[in-house]
Amino acid sequence: MQNTEVMTGAMVDSSMRRALIFGQMTFVIPVTVLVLLVLTAIFAPFLAPYPPTKIAMTERLLPPFFSDGGSTAHLLGTDLIGRDVLSRVIYGARVSLSVSLLVILITGSIGTVLGIIAGYLGGRTDAFLMRITDISLAFPGILIAILLATIIGPGYWTVVLAISILGWAPYARLIRGEALKLREADFAAQARIIGSSSLRIMVIHIFPNIVNPLIVMVTLSVGFVILTEAALSYLGAGIPPPTPSWGNMVSDGRNLIDTAWWICFFPGLAIGLVVLAGNFLGDWLRDKLDPRLRRL
Amino acid sequence: MGRFIIIRLLQTVVALIGISILIFVLVRASGDPTMLFRSALSTEEDIARIRADLGLDKPVLEQYWIFVTDLAHGDLGESLIKRRPVTEMIVERMPNTLSLALSSFAVSMLLALVLGVLAATRRDTFLDNGVKFLAILGQALPGFWVAIMAILAFSVYWQLLPPAGTGTPAHFVLPVATLVLFMLPGMMRLVRSSMLDVLDSEYIKLARIKGLPERTVIWKHALRNALIAPLTTAGMIFALLITGAVITENVFNWPGIGRLSIEALMERDFPVVQGITLMVAVLVLLINLFVDIMYAYIDPQIRYQRT
Repeated sequence: MQNTEVMTGAMVDSSMRRALIFGQMTFVIPVTVLVLLVLTAIFAPFLAPYPPTKIAMTERLLPPFFSDGGSTAHLLGTDLIGRDVLSRVIYGARVSLSVSLLVILITGSIGTVLGIIAGYLGGRTDAFLMRITDISLAFPGILIAILLATIIGPGYWTVVLAISILGWAPYARLIRGEALKLREADFAAQARIIGSSSLRIMVIHIFPNIVNPLIVMVTLSVGFVILTEAALSYLGAGIPPPTPSWGNMVSDGRNLIDTAWWICFFPGLAIGLVVLAGNFLGDWLRDKLDPRLRRL
Repeated sequence: MGRFIIIRLLQTVVALIGISILIFVLVRASGDPTMLFRSALSTEEDIARIRADLGLDKPVLEQYWIFVTDLAHGDLGESLIKRRPVTEMIVERMPNTLSLALSSFAVSMLLALVLGVLAATRRDTFLDNGVKFLAILGQALPGFWVAIMAILAFSVYWQLLPPAGTGTPAHFVLPVATLVLFMLPGMMRLVRSSMLDVLDSEYIKLARIKGLPERTVIWKHALRNALIAPLTTAGMIFALLITGAVITENVFNWPGIGRLSIEALMERDFPVVQGITLMVAVLVLLINLFVDIMYAYIDPQIRYQRT
């Protein structure tokens, strides 16, 4: 099972994305997009022209301003029950951002702890932990998420839990590899000689040295988490309506595609833009911080 | 070789046990299953009877044992809503999922080979960059959204293809294209990088020195070896296919097991979803086992490395 490297959002090798736009642009543009996302999420109530769940039956299915019949009152049009698409896209940023932050915090912590333990202690512990990791990596996570949503019902915490259950594995694998190398480093050996405990070495000596790959991995997984959350919400296993999330907005628009394309077009575009920004920034960081990690 | 197979088999059994425990625990830890059966009018006795029916009054270990022995007999329980065996419902939908999965696997493998080899042999040309661009987009855009946009373009605007359903070969075009977009970037990258490795090797240099035409060197000598790496990822590709199929089947109303899992989700029919999850997990593990054994058979180094 050495074949799971291509999983997660990091399927494409960096040289590829880098080759497209040269120089600092690969840093400036993604950072701008992500900063805008964070600001949009925080200041959603001030930016959105309407409340995201405000229903207006007299203003149903209005097209965006640049189409025939559209107006600047609803820049991106309205949906089946007259809710403003732009406002919903703006509020949708909150879901994407907060789910990503929570999931990354949970999976990153679990993955780092297990990875350091496996890599540093080695032996049976390592073999055992890596076997669990392999199982997780080979598992179609979306089905576990659907199973969870079936049992406890779809909701915010179901999504976070569902994406976290299998999401720690790529972290554990990467960090374990790093810890394995660091275990043999001189500073670790010296710490052992002066009698430091394994726990102390792992926390004080190994951890600071895996921060760089960890940052790269975190950035690269933003896209993966946002895509997964959107897919789950699209399927009805994620954020339930009426809370706007980009995934459930696309789902709302699916059956109206022949009359109102804008309902699903704009949220999908938002997802694509943010994921693209996360992937590019991850590549840039990797090249700057740790060029050895090309395969990540 | 015998030793390798035995160890791999044992590992698979351990993984199977791990998955059964994970699902068993998830189902029980995430709430009281009787909640799914009872109504507002249920009395204490009703609830006790439901618990007894479900075997929830027995000790946890015994419950797990019953769960596993049922699984071993291919018994995945009964649907709460349809009152039919889950196995039967899955088997009924399987052909639709398999036909979609196999055709998109074939198409993406073929495209991945051609594009991957071309990208490897013509690095940094227009073609190489074009392929990169497609891969970047394919990775960042959500599959379900691309599928809906494809419906908008080809079914609503140009009216060339049916927007949903099954039946004719034309119904395959959009779902297969969506799944291919999902899988192609990863597969193509693998072919490209393993092709680059192979092209660097001694025997390719020899073939060239021998004066073989470049076309024979690349498509016959190099490709054969460059194929090993992509084939070993078959288990993961299958897992990806199923993941993609859950989404794609739902966008296109394709009556496969992915669609079934979402229909069951809507009705909170957990035995059905549990059955599908278990079955897919087992399939992925078995494919991985088979591929690893085949791989070890082809490449002796693996046998020693991994045991």
